[in-house]
Amino acid sequence: MLGNFVKKSQLKSPWLIHFDCGSCNGCDIEVLACLTPLYDIERFGIINVGNPKHADVLLVTGTVNPRNAKVLKKIYDQMPNPKFVIAIGACGLSGGVFRDCYNVMGGVDTAIPVNVYVPGCAAKPEAIIDGVVTGLGLLAEMQKEAEKTAA
Amino acid sequence: MARTIVPFGPQHPVLPEPIHVTVTLEDEIITDAVPALGYVHRGLETLADIRDHVQMIQVVERVCGICSMIHAACYVQGIEKMMEVEVPRRAEYLRVIWSELHRMHSHLLWLGLYADAFGFESLFMQFWRIRERVMDVMEATAGARVIISVNVIGGVRRDLDDDQCKWILSEIEDVEKQIRQLQSTMLSDYSVKKRTVGVGVITKEQALELGAAGPCLRGSGVAQDMRMLGYGAYDDMGFEPIVENDGDCYARGAVRFRETLQAGEIIRKAIAGLPEGEIAVKVRGRPKGEVISRVEQPRGELMYYIKANGSKNLDRLRIRTPTFANIPPLTAMLPGMELADVPVIILSIDPCISCTER
Repeated sequence: MLGNFVKKSQLKSPWLIHFDCGSCNGCDIEVLACLTPLYDIERFGIINVGNPKHADVLLVTGTVNPRNAKVLKKIYDQMPNPKFVIAIGACGLSGGVFRDCYNVMGGVDTAIPVNVYVPGCAAKPEAIIDGVVTGLGLLAEMQKEAEKTAA
Repeated sequence: MARTIVPFGPQHPVLPEPIHVTVTLEDEIITDAVPALGYVHRGLETLADIRDHVQMIQVVERVCGICSMIHAACYVQGIEKMMEVEVPRRAEYLRVIWSELHRMHSHLLWLGLYADAFGFESLFMQFWRIRERVMDVMEATAGARVIISVNVIGGVRRDLDDDQCKWILSEIEDVEKQIRQLQSTMLSDYSVKKRTVGVGVITKEQALELGAAGPCLRGSGVAQDMRMLGYGAYDDMGFEPIVENDGDCYARGAVRFRETLQAGEIIRKAIAGLPEGEIAVKVRGRPKGEVISRVEQPRGELMYYIKANGSKNLDRLRIRTPTFANIPPLTAMLPGMELADVPVIILSIDPCISCTER
């Protein structure tokens, strides 16, 4: 019974954590703008937390470089399953305008698996919210899959 | 007394960006703080080797998403100086308007994050609610919320018509009214003062010696503001830099709070004096020579060094950003403070790590 309660709450009230990999801040301030009164994703039950161990969703902005790839990997590994990752902005998708720089390995998917890609430079808050909602559909499928393997 | 070493960051709830500070404590008191950078380094200065000087505008806009327009303005001013382009006066005025809109949104953003750092979440929400109005103005006038891409070499890309100007004025007036409503909370609330007054003090001499920039320097009583150089249309704006004398977090907050209102005033002056005419001139050829361009970013002095030899790509592009200058003062502010004050002090320099590391 408790298991069902947790599963339902994960879909109805996903907790998210945000990590800036190497973005220009443009997408980060849009992620923060999602949390504040105009867009206010808290009304959908989505809460921003600081601890990866509490989080279901990882929002990553920006390009990956060798130094922050380790930090990103650590944060991802600390999150409990089932979890999903959203890459935000052109840089998070492919490296964007910085893809030719010497210290850029590429998009977020070079370091960790990514489930949802939100394009834009900078991605608009509406697009980020849409990305999170799309991810919730994936999360429901992941839960079903986990049930099947357990049964 | 036992010595404890506490890692602060790179992933920390109070920081929107990754910076790592190794804090050494004796009981609760900080004795030493060593910052470590490099999490956001992209190396975009080297993109000058493969992109030409026009494409580089797109790159420098993305040095920092919070003050992207001011980065681009600094860069194009440098190129224009090198190529001896006469920029239309209207374009310079429009640049002032968008620069000050950026300053306004950046300071409101910071005031919110700062309130969040000392645990005043409703104040954070209030400042960000007001900020959305400024973002709306940017979206309506330039077509994007964050990276507005209005600068081109020789002028600006977009014009403002009379209706837009009137609308901006009414929006700005409303925003200012709402900011004033928060003045008593931000500047005279007991709990806010308790967390900020006397915290992270840096004296005038220290600030000058360590090379602080922007509100960090003006909060310590030095009236230095690059806009006083009168670049662009700032020579017509007639304003005084805002100075506070205490050098603590409260003073830096007060400087930024008053600058937000000042930005509104400058926008009003710029719109009132907006001259008629072209918004851009056609520029042909490639730059040659070297130039230093300085402007005032919301965080302080921004400097571009550009060297070109007349070929397709620039020889060298060097960007010196204000947060880079403010990190040595930060390490001087931390010792002697309590661990609980670390977020407030780090936030008080308005760190923009993506600027710093580029």
